[in-house]
Amino acid sequence: MTEKKWPETWQNVNPGLMIFKPASSRSYLTGGWRAQKPVYDNTKCIKCGVCYLFCPEACITEDAEGFFTADLNYCKGCGICYHECWPRAIKMVED
Amino acid sequence: MKGIIENFDLFAPKLVDKEEYYSSGHRACQGCGEALAIRLMAKALGKDTVVTNATGCMEVTATPYPTTAWKLPWVHVAFPNSASVGAGVESALKVLRRKGKIADRDVKVVSIGGDGGSFDIGFQAISGAMERGHNMIYIVYDNEAYMNTGIQRSGGTPFGASTTTRPAGKESVGNTTWKKNMAEIMVAHRVPYVATACHSYPFDFMNKVKKARKVNGPAFIHCLAVCPTGWRCPSDVCIKMGRLAVETGVFPLYEVEDGKYKMTIEMPKKLRPIEDYLKPQGRFRHLKPAEIEIFKGMAMLEYNKVLERIKHSKSWSEMMKS
Amino acid sequence: MSKRIGMEIAMAAAEAVALCRPDVIAAYPITPNTHIPEHLAEIVADGHLDCEYIAVESEHSALSACTGASAAGARVFTATSSQGLLYMYEIVPIVPSMRLPVIMCLGNRAISGPINIWNDHSDYMCVRDLGWISMFASNGQETIDMCIQAFKIGEHADVMLPVLVNLDGFQLTHVVEAMMMPDQEEVDKFLPPRKPFAAIHPDNVVSMGTLGLPDIYNEAKKANDEALINSKKVILEVWKEWEKMFGRKYEPIMSYKAKDADVVMLTMGSMGETAQVAIDELRKEGFKAGLLDLKLYRPFPADELKKALKGVKNLIVIDRAVMSGGAAAPVCAEVKSVMYDDPNRPVITNDIIGLGGRDVRVEDFKKIFKKAAAAKPERAYEIYGVRG
Repeated sequence: MTEKKWPETWQNVNPGLMIFKPASSRSYLTGGWRAQKPVYDNTKCIKCGVCYLFCPEACITEDAEGFFTADLNYCKGCGICYHECWPRAIKMVED
Repeated sequence: MKGIIENFDLFAPKLVDKEEYYSSGHRACQGCGEALAIRLMAKALGKDTVVTNATGCMEVTATPYPTTAWKLPWVHVAFPNSASVGAGVESALKVLRRKGKIADRDVKVVSIGGDGGSFDIGFQAISGAMERGHNMIYIVYDNEAYMNTGIQRSGGTPFGASTTTRPAGKESVGNTTWKKNMAEIMVAHRVPYVATACHSYPFDFMNKVKKARKVNGPAFIHCLAVCPTGWRCPSDVCIKMGRLAVETGVFPLYEVEDGKYKMTIEMPKKLRPIEDYLKPQGRFRHLKPAEIEIFKGMAMLEYNKVLERIKHSKSWSEMMKS
Repeated sequence: MSKRIGMEIAMAAAEAVALCRPDVIAAYPITPNTHIPEHLAEIVADGHLDCEYIAVESEHSALSACTGASAAGARVFTATSSQGLLYMYEIVPIVPSMRLPVIMCLGNRAISGPINIWNDHSDYMCVRDLGWISMFASNGQETIDMCIQAFKIGEHADVMLPVLVNLDGFQLTHVVEAMMMPDQEEVDKFLPPRKPFAAIHPDNVVSMGTLGLPDIYNEAKKANDEALINSKKVILEVWKEWEKMFGRKYEPIMSYKAKDADVVMLTMGSMGETAQVAIDELRKEGFKAGLLDLKLYRPFPADELKKALKGVKNLIVIDRAVMSGGAAAPVCAEVKSVMYDDPNRPVITNDIIGLGGRDVRVEDFKKIFKKAAAAKPERAYEIYGVRG
């Protein structure tokens, strides 16, 4: 199926405004919303994964070594990861 | 140091299903507890699930055409009818499977809604669907007000909370009544599995979702969802606020299986002072000490009711014998 | 082979729906359509129909459950009247906007204020603009036929819209008539199982009922309007096929002695049959009266109406509902709008009759015909027979 151009014409709009592309919201980069961003100190990180679990944006992922990073394309800078990281491995800096 | 940390293996987050069924790019506020709760719920449910969603924060932020944050099949119809749409989907999947028109495997129907679409406008639909015994889960994400339309009072708003339709003022303390006890109401509907949960206790919540999924009949989960925007607290303390709600006894986490009550998060003999929960929230900022006492009284009534039931409740199967 | 049966029309409608093998029925009782969901429940309970029957707790939930079931790919049916329709009103426009076929039987009953359980068209008029294909049955046979046709039309791949079959409450629902009821084999041949365009199921993930922001809402609405207008093509095809299979003809507007009539009356629903008796009697007296029976109301058959009114000098539009504070009653307002550009349009009288179940008699129609022949209408519309 060819990519549809936005904004769609009435002939092109999906019937009933159904959306057939799951997780297509990833095309909308919410990273532009934030005022601060998380910075990881991997010397303190114990690789527990709590930050990954508590991120409402599902933007924190594990890398090959088992450390974690926030995807700054989507991170809204809420600070939950910073607050929940009990080894204090995350710092929020102005962005 | 933080208060009660739930009993989980420190490395358990790494064992959780890595698949994101509720993806980034949704337009919820930063630090949204409800979005997190839905993300966790979806992980616990897995791919053989169908979600019906009431109008509310989660619906408008997740599916503005042409993009959707959902990786699960999802349908939204209107505000008060998540449960009745769910009942329709459940019946359709049942009969289509029986007639061999769709794959012969279990697909669970999960209807979700906010406290607005569940306690108030959606109450009738839930009551009907749960009473008729449809094989579905209803999960209410309770952020204690109609947040999507701008923080108006709901049946889930606790005493003393300032909302835009019952604001605190010179002549008003804010909301004057306590929350509807939806879990108790659902137990009265003889729902086989009823539980309260909170995203701040993710494994407890996900286990309850998994348990609810196994029930061959209706199941109901009341999940407290912290809304930093509406509760007027900083976004980074979202998880902490949920913990405080549980540790102070304001929102105990328990489950009712076949009528038998059980606390799922161990509570200490001496609860944390309620002021710890109220102080960080702007919506309670106006409360005077006498009013805090009233809040405490109402919260303790519900908490003690739960303790009583845990002590005395018998399972329904046992009680059916003469 | 079709069988000649004598049955209460509501129960016959239920039998006809059962022949269509619906997957899910969610309905709430309300007089006068109650016998439809009741008889369907009996049919399911006796094992004659493999169907999930949801005894919902309100009409709002009835249509919501039907929407959910249709979204999951099932063939669905519901029935209601008046206040029940108003209670499900919020969901009524949502169903066509999601392009989901749902078939509904509406036992036309007056809407409340004052509460009245008897027949008029005011309940349908509340939903006429919300996007449902709508047909009006004039008798039991048409009721059965339209119920079966509705499934084929609504579920057609080029349509995917809900269909509303109107039958007059009490005047039709509670009346026993002789009808030809098709058998299961004939209906199975006419109506194959539903093949949904999209269905809520993990094997093909889709999000339905999404948010339409201002930048796309107009296009969505236009697409739906076009879909409703274009459905007429499918409706006519289905009617042709029906005629071939069962020998009964259906057209958007059907004429009874209107060709050479001096005064033509336009009606919808069962009162058209009473008008036919009046026309026969008038013709015996030498008065050339005629009837146009409007069967398809949405999409409105403007072309067929213009054709039917060619050469007609005097038209009476009979409404059975009021458009409060409006310029005319509903059907007449639409007719006038269609005929506006025609320089040879007829003189149009608008009479509203039979509100709240008041009896519509042959003499009433004769009086109306004679009045229209005698003089031009004094007012835009008249509620016929009001005392005082």
